[in-house]
Amino acid sequence: MGYPHPIHPKETPLLSQHFGELDARSYEGWTRRGGYQALRQAVGMTPEAIVDEVKASGLRGRGGAGFPTGMKWGFMPKDDGKPHYLCCNADESEPGTFKDREIMRWTPHALIEGCAIACLGIRAETCYIFVRGEYTEPGRILERAIAEAYAAGALGDNVFGSGKRIEMVVHWGAGAYICGEETALMNAIEGKRGNPRIKPPFPAVSGLFGMPTTINNVETLAAVPPIITRGGAWYAGLTLGSPKSTGTKLISVCGHVQRPGTYEITLGLPMRELIFECCGGMREGRTLKAVIPGGSSVPIMNAAEVEECVTDYEGIAAKGSLLGSGGMIVMDDSTDMVLQICRLARFYAHESCAQCTNCREGTAWTTRILERILRGEGKRADLDLLLDLAENMTGKTICVLSDSCAAPVVSGIAKFRDEFEAYLSGARAPLAVGA
Amino acid sequence: MSHDTAPAGPVFTPARKAELEALAAKYPTRQALLLPALWMAQREHGWVRPEAIDEIAAELDLTPAYVRGVVTFYTMYHTHPVGRHFIQVCTTSPCGMCGAGDVVAALLEHTGCGELGATSPDGRFTVIETECLGACGFVTPMLIDDDFLESVTPDTVPELLARYP
Repeated sequence: MGYPHPIHPKETPLLSQHFGELDARSYEGWTRRGGYQALRQAVGMTPEAIVDEVKASGLRGRGGAGFPTGMKWGFMPKDDGKPHYLCCNADESEPGTFKDREIMRWTPHALIEGCAIACLGIRAETCYIFVRGEYTEPGRILERAIAEAYAAGALGDNVFGSGKRIEMVVHWGAGAYICGEETALMNAIEGKRGNPRIKPPFPAVSGLFGMPTTINNVETLAAVPPIITRGGAWYAGLTLGSPKSTGTKLISVCGHVQRPGTYEITLGLPMRELIFECCGGMREGRTLKAVIPGGSSVPIMNAAEVEECVTDYEGIAAKGSLLGSGGMIVMDDSTDMVLQICRLARFYAHESCAQCTNCREGTAWTTRILERILRGEGKRADLDLLLDLAENMTGKTICVLSDSCAAPVVSGIAKFRDEFEAYLSGARAPLAVGA
Repeated sequence: MSHDTAPAGPVFTPARKAELEALAAKYPTRQALLLPALWMAQREHGWVRPEAIDEIAAELDLTPAYVRGVVTFYTMYHTHPVGRHFIQVCTTSPCGMCGAGDVVAALLEHTGCGELGATSPDGRFTVIETECLGACGFVTPMLIDDDFLESVTPDTVPELLARYP
């Protein structure tokens, strides 16, 4: 549902149908809604059968990368004698993204159940849920739900009497966007600075504490229980567009729409219907100018591209952007694109872990150049300089934070060049920003 | 919670020590307790004091320099005292383009902080801008201490602040 709004007819509420129901937070309330049937079923399944069901569903990672979940689980070794770990990435910090928060605060048991099933599938006995430090309310609700699940025998040494063991621990972050990067997150759990690691080795070989590890996003894991109870084939049938984009996706829409909120769509819904029907369109008297469809790290789309875009992995890629996390930032015709791109660059400069030169220097200089353009002190060569910097920030660092800073700059200059030039020529009044 | 620089008691009182050891059973290394231990220190003293860094280092068999390196990486750990109530307001793009700047201005005025990062003369508040709080549909979100507040406007600021004496 488009929490905090009622369900819109164009939505497919699967994960979100109980958002807003206080009673769904409790173990009792959740079991009354059919909760924990999937885990009871999964304890009787082999790990292979669980992984096969998820593979059949076509479920892809909902955190941003869109990697097939079943395939990721299938990378975990068998009979290696080492402890395996599951990490749940609840470090939701991508600007525009606020969907995992609603899962944790309204249906924490859906996440716990999904994590437990994933543990069975990858042969892990311990799951660490890494919650960003700022998510005080969702994190506490989740901790209470975990305690309830232990008390009910859904977690612990003997899950539902099966003899299988699953431990679940909330590990609190302490403020660092970069910890949403999977290897940085593992370092944070290990008690280190949250610097991303060079890959390979990939987590399935050497992840948390050097052991085989799977890391999945909150929404990905919460989607697993219905896949177990209703079958992978059923889930794979949920699509309106590409057969490679299956299931439902939570899209958190923010910015200049009438009804910002977390909407759940069947993948393939036209973006125009999401924005203009579900979200009620633009604020009164305004028109659509731009959309950043998948969290701030993806290329900006203009109104014409939005008009024809299908909301799934392939559809948005065909328009030159990415579905990413499903954090959709909608901008109307009042938006100063140069100012907004500059603000995003400042975000990345602040959040760079600074271990790679191209990122540390690139994000900082991108911000300073954009600020001087806004102050009316830009030079004509600055746009080429920004693009040159962006080139040196793309594909050249350990993680993709640097690429993420470059994406809005490159797409912004390509699609809204006249606004940059208006500051350079003095046609637009300078702003007092930066140092 | 005290927030000053006067000498303070240890982080690891017997109760805290027990809490730490209970957590230790959930991790294969002691170093993994570092972020939780730093949170305990901040809850105890209001900020992460240099003495707390020494104490944590000793508990976890790490060097104080190493612990300090970790503390300074994470923005939520305070390395200096802050006001009795710590306010983090989101100004990242989605909030910024929907009016977060006006909320910041109202906060600076009504707390008496005057500028970001400063503590009000009465020691009651510190206000900082923070990057994306993950509540972009509820502009403007902010944290006062551990309380997550949504849809704050300049008009609601005085009433919200009054709840934090």
